[in-house]
Amino acid sequence: MCGIAGLIHRGKSSNVGEELQNMLQALKHRGPDSTGYALYANNDGQNYILRFKVGENVGEGSTSVNEDESVYDERKKLVDKKLSELGAPIMKEEKLTPYSYRYEIQYGKDLMWFSEAIESIENVEILSIGKSLELIKDLGDATAVSERYGLNKVQGTHGIGHARMATESGVDIKSAHPFWGYPFADVSVVHNGQLTNYWNNRRALENKGMRFMSECDSELIAVFLAERMRNGATLEEGMRESLTGLDGVFTYFVATKDSLGMAKDTMAAKPLVLYESDDLVAMGSEEIAIRSILPQEIDTYDPFDGEVKVWQT
Amino acid sequence: MANLKTAEKKTKAQSMGMHTEVLTGKTQQKFFNPDEAENFFYWGTHNVDFNKRTELDVKDLDCKQANEKIDILMSEGYGTIVIKNPQGKHSLGVGILNKLNLIFEGSLGYFGVGSIDGPIVTVKGRVGWSCAENMMAGKVVIEKNAGSCFGAAIRGGDLICKGSVGARTGIDQKGGSIIVGGDAGAFTGFMMQRGRIVILGDVGINLGDSMYDGTIYVGGKIGSFGSDAVEAPMTKNDIDWLTRKLKIAEIGNNVDLSKMTKIVAGKKLWNYDALEPTEKKGAI
Repeated sequence: MCGIAGLIHRGKSSNVGEELQNMLQALKHRGPDSTGYALYANNDGQNYILRFKVGENVGEGSTSVNEDESVYDERKKLVDKKLSELGAPIMKEEKLTPYSYRYEIQYGKDLMWFSEAIESIENVEILSIGKSLELIKDLGDATAVSERYGLNKVQGTHGIGHARMATESGVDIKSAHPFWGYPFADVSVVHNGQLTNYWNNRRALENKGMRFMSECDSELIAVFLAERMRNGATLEEGMRESLTGLDGVFTYFVATKDSLGMAKDTMAAKPLVLYESDDLVAMGSEEIAIRSILPQEIDTYDPFDGEVKVWQT
Repeated sequence: MANLKTAEKKTKAQSMGMHTEVLTGKTQQKFFNPDEAENFFYWGTHNVDFNKRTELDVKDLDCKQANEKIDILMSEGYGTIVIKNPQGKHSLGVGILNKLNLIFEGSLGYFGVGSIDGPIVTVKGRVGWSCAENMMAGKVVIEKNAGSCFGAAIRGGDLICKGSVGARTGIDQKGGSIIVGGDAGAFTGFMMQRGRIVILGDVGINLGDSMYDGTIYVGGKIGSFGSDAVEAPMTKNDIDWLTRKLKIAEIGNNVDLSKMTKIVAGKKLWNYDALEPTEKKGAI
């Protein structure tokens, strides 16, 4: 069934890493297979943050094929070589796990071209590119992933996250949420539900040059929105189009550098509880997610069917 | 079991074609048939004293522990139990089969007070999905908002939300009343089979979709009608019933009841009234 959570502080920063960890851990029963975070951190905005993986986590119930770790190093060297060819100097490099990296790079050209070049290396996937987006996803619950990647001290304005129960595709990082809104910097999506016109939409979008990295139906939302935005739609316009363009049941969140949005399908088949105040919006699949950061008595509500909302930082 | 064949069936509501069900909760059978009550044992019930009051803080309890504590308190005769710090926990206050004054000082998660038969429940916060699912009898009042599937498959009692409710309110409803002070989402009254739903605000699309029977009253705008749902004229009996129920619910003082829209099933999909009582029980 999956659990999703999101929050946005308006006019201030907070420890969004720890807050989102608490919210997602409260939803662990909805999705024990993997957990993902898209945190919008207080970075200096000078460099692009490139998060990518060169392999899969093959432990913790993974359905991925076991590989010798030496191939990860080979792929990493190929990424470095490709970055050099693209004229994207590495300003800072962090090896987070044997299979994932965080780079700070300088780059000023087309991100789609850049992404295609990097992902032309076999089994290399860009998890995210952005000036503030830190997209982390891995197998395990929220606390395990947060501890593995040191997320509970990340200061920022907003974030979205996902606790996944794998139904449509494998237990692996490539199928985990959030999905990056390729090729747009700082765009991420999480989804709870099931899309029934995935293949029709995927074929149409691929014919328009959009890229899919997984066979997870939720990735379609990120690609759908990205394609609309590439053609000039605003985020909110794209989200409203998704209510009719996507078939099935869904509640999803999308985040950009300075905004957070939610959309609920016209049958309202997937749950969402929302808390909104002047300085904070918090939402999740269940109220207990919100209660994990706001234990005091508060007013919450369920958005209605076909509702789209977008908030700014 | 009450003798259904000799029971007075033609109530005022029946004559209006609104409501044909006689039985609701077992506690109501017991209440309305004292002779039967002497021979009737209802497992899991307790005799409680409303004047005996206690508080229970569930902050550090899971739902099973909290429900067991409530059961123990009822077995000790407490008839008024105040639950502190429910904090959106799921499945609190479920399966209570006797009279009880149960007050939640906060919000509930999913499936709150489900499968109850008799208690009077007040929730001072919000409730999540499927509040009071399968309720047989009693009264549940939600002071704030409610999630989807509010009152799913209830068979009796009064379920009241003073705020707004989500989608599929009263889905598969088989009796009783659901009263909402605010708005309601899509598919309100979906596959409704008996009972009445009152929405004082607006409702979403596909109102009363595939409803078999029962009546829905709407005070505001209607997104769209679902299959088999049709508008019917408001009668004096409708207004009398609404006046009485809204007074019980303590909402809707300023609503012009004559301007409400009444929705009923436009197609008879199942003739319950032609069934023998035992068949009827099995059918619903």
